[in-house]
Amino acid sequence: MNATMGRYRAVTGHRLFWPAAVLVVMLAANTIYRPGFLSIELKDGHLYGSPIDILRLSAPLILVALGMTLVISTGGIDLSVGSVCAISGAIACMYISKQSDQNSLVVVLTALAMALGVALVLGAWNGVLVAVIGIQPIIATLILMVAGRGLAQLITQGQIITINSEPFRAIGLGHLFTLPLAIFIALAAALLVAAFTRRTALGMIVESVGGNAEASRLAGIRSGRVIFLAYVLSAACAAIAGFMMTANVSSADGNAVGLWVELDAILAVVIGGTSLAGGRFFLSGTILGALIIQTLTTTVYAMDISPQTSLLFKAVVVIAVCLIQAPAFRARFARRRRSAPKPDTIADKPKEQVPA
Amino acid sequence: MTDSRPVLTMTGISKSFPGVRALHDVNFRLFPGEVHALMGENGAGKSTLIKVLTGVYDTDEGTITLDGEPVSFSGPMQATAAGVSTVFQEVNLCTNLSVAENIFIGREPRRLGAVHWGEVRRRARALLARLDLDLDVSAPLGSYSLAIQQMVAIARAIDIKARVLILDEPTSSLDAGEVAQLFRIMRQLRDEGIAILFVTHFLDQVYEIADRITVLRNGGLVGEYLTAELPQLSLVEKMIGKELDVLEGIEEHSRRDLAALEEGTPLVAVSNFGRGGAVEPFSLTIHAGEVVGLAGLLGSGRTEVARLLFGADRTDGGQVAVDGTASSLRTPAQAIDHGIGFCSENRRAEGIVADLSVRENMILAMQAARGWLRPVPRRRQDELVDKYVKALNIRPADPEVPVRNLSGGNQQKVLLARWLITEPRLLILDEPTRGIDIGAKTEIQKLVTQLSDGGMAVLFISAELEEVLRLSHKVAVMRDRQMVAQLANDDTLDADRIMQTIASGSHREEADR
Repeated sequence: MNATMGRYRAVTGHRLFWPAAVLVVMLAANTIYRPGFLSIELKDGHLYGSPIDILRLSAPLILVALGMTLVISTGGIDLSVGSVCAISGAIACMYISKQSDQNSLVVVLTALAMALGVALVLGAWNGVLVAVIGIQPIIATLILMVAGRGLAQLITQGQIITINSEPFRAIGLGHLFTLPLAIFIALAAALLVAAFTRRTALGMIVESVGGNAEASRLAGIRSGRVIFLAYVLSAACAAIAGFMMTANVSSADGNAVGLWVELDAILAVVIGGTSLAGGRFFLSGTILGALIIQTLTTTVYAMDISPQTSLLFKAVVVIAVCLIQAPAFRARFARRRRSAPKPDTIADKPKEQVPA
Repeated sequence: MTDSRPVLTMTGISKSFPGVRALHDVNFRLFPGEVHALMGENGAGKSTLIKVLTGVYDTDEGTITLDGEPVSFSGPMQATAAGVSTVFQEVNLCTNLSVAENIFIGREPRRLGAVHWGEVRRRARALLARLDLDLDVSAPLGSYSLAIQQMVAIARAIDIKARVLILDEPTSSLDAGEVAQLFRIMRQLRDEGIAILFVTHFLDQVYEIADRITVLRNGGLVGEYLTAELPQLSLVEKMIGKELDVLEGIEEHSRRDLAALEEGTPLVAVSNFGRGGAVEPFSLTIHAGEVVGLAGLLGSGRTEVARLLFGADRTDGGQVAVDGTASSLRTPAQAIDHGIGFCSENRRAEGIVADLSVRENMILAMQAARGWLRPVPRRRQDELVDKYVKALNIRPADPEVPVRNLSGGNQQKVLLARWLITEPRLLILDEPTRGIDIGAKTEIQKLVTQLSDGGMAVLFISAELEEVLRLSHKVAVMRDRQMVAQLANDDTLDADRIMQTIASGSHREEADR
């Protein structure tokens, strides 16, 4: 009995338990509404089905959220990721559209390298503003969030640039081993970021800086460098996400690409258990958070929830998820539940029983 | 006093945290009009007991009664409303708010729904007058010293019709005069019938003020005693659970010849280091194997000297030579490169990273020095951490517990381990024994002696002159943000002479020998 309780506690106490439970509940609700929801079929050598769609569509968000996780862990925030998505997509599409052979792999790779390079510069810009000049992260990245949209417009000269490039299209819609290529890209990025932070000491140092910046400085950590690196990494992740978003539609719209993705990314990070105050970060949690958000979006479409109410529906679910996540809320709930069947606890002891 | 009924009883209290059993079946009672000292080593469960009592933590088991009625507080606010007020160890006030706001925050007197500021200030002044404090109640709290802030916290606590006042190590940052003032207030409150629970590490203070003593050890109750019937030595034995192993061997240490130590190139020599508003320019040399004590009153500039030497603050001018070569100490990272380590007195804000585990906190400085690209291999981490957990007797001995779950004294040891792991050549210890029990204090003092015998230089800062005298080869005396003297610790130096120097600022002729 005790051992079972212990195991039960160990499972429910795991930090990924509640986000995972929410995801399972959402998938179950969808399956009840539409029994074929979880079915996957093989057509033309490709796997199709809602679960695959959710994975593929969540790939850009996962990428953005990975970078965001590191930034938030340092105690900062990066509002500019959406704009960076738009800029990198715009640069890649613009370059490809100017070439005679849009299907050349060399052309596409050059375009990607150029766009990624610019994104790194933008990340460095954020990093300098925050880590060197010392502007508050929310203000510093707000600059690029607003100005970046204009920059993307400038690059595309206010037009929606449409391209016809198979290699580029593959980033968003291609397949590998029967699965969408985007899934592998997101997976590879996740493994890379995980290796980059957990195989080196970067992760711990980021957590230390985010947890207590002054103590970290006095321990000899040059926190500026670490914070700078986090913003550069965040921009790089956003750039790859931007490629995916533009490749999905083979066009770059400076106004629409990656719009509001920063908010979804922040949400994914928070659902994943990383505190907005900085400190400990959880990459696996972030990925789960991104999947929850995409599943929610898919659910809204699948259940034919009217567009007028869909945002409200999403908001309600998100609030519920965040509350379930919060240990303080669960503790309050659990305390109430626990004290009910036990009349001998202090709180419930009736006054008459007290010896006078 | 004892014939009345207890105002507060705690029965069979147990509390566990993941990996730690903090309290086990503890009983405690408090009578009106007494000062009751709660004693125990670091990690004995004193702070946990208080937090359970005030509702910061839930109890796992046990009951609490107040005036015979069972109670269970959901938090300090509710406890305060019921008449159980607490002044916590670390001052929990907002330094950016005014003194008056701090006293009344959360329960401001109102008029027509709006805060009645005039009334707030008037009542704040009245309260402070009761404590004999003359402060500008509109000034931000941060403009006053830590000691004054502590008094304001007490004023806040007693404003409410408190029947039980809990003081968790209120004296650890006070100087002798301020302690006397606090004790006068405590006696006054006691005579008014308030029950005072008093936690401290200073044995003398217990015997000066407490009527009754409850001793905890390792989360368990050792016993409850009348102060008059418990000799000091048996109290210490009950706290540490073994015969007291006094500070043997340490005494001879400082008698080693200073002249011999100071031959050759100094490890660190600074001249005209200073910082406007913090400390006047000073010069100081520290040799390998030398323990330099830094004595002075609270706020005399001791910490500021340490921070300049570590590069935590930048000096306005002056030169520094490390091993005889001109150098600079402009950032902590630079100081660490020179083999300097610094244990801050403010371990919560400047020391531990509460989120991280004991292991991560310990290797932090070493990792920082290596850079993030060269992680310390896990096996090496485990070796080092194991070694220091054992050597410093850190409890609980689980390196994966978040450091926040440790008691203050054990956190201090984790910090010490962080620096020892870097094998520094000069270790700056700012109040390393403050808020630490006698057992750990002795351990740390012995450690300092061992380290200096092994060739490490130590800058030892402490408000306790006996401690400084026992360990140091030479004592630098601070007064009013000036280094007024450097005294060789020979047979002629004693606490009285240091006190005189602090008081008068004389003995300048002996400076810079």
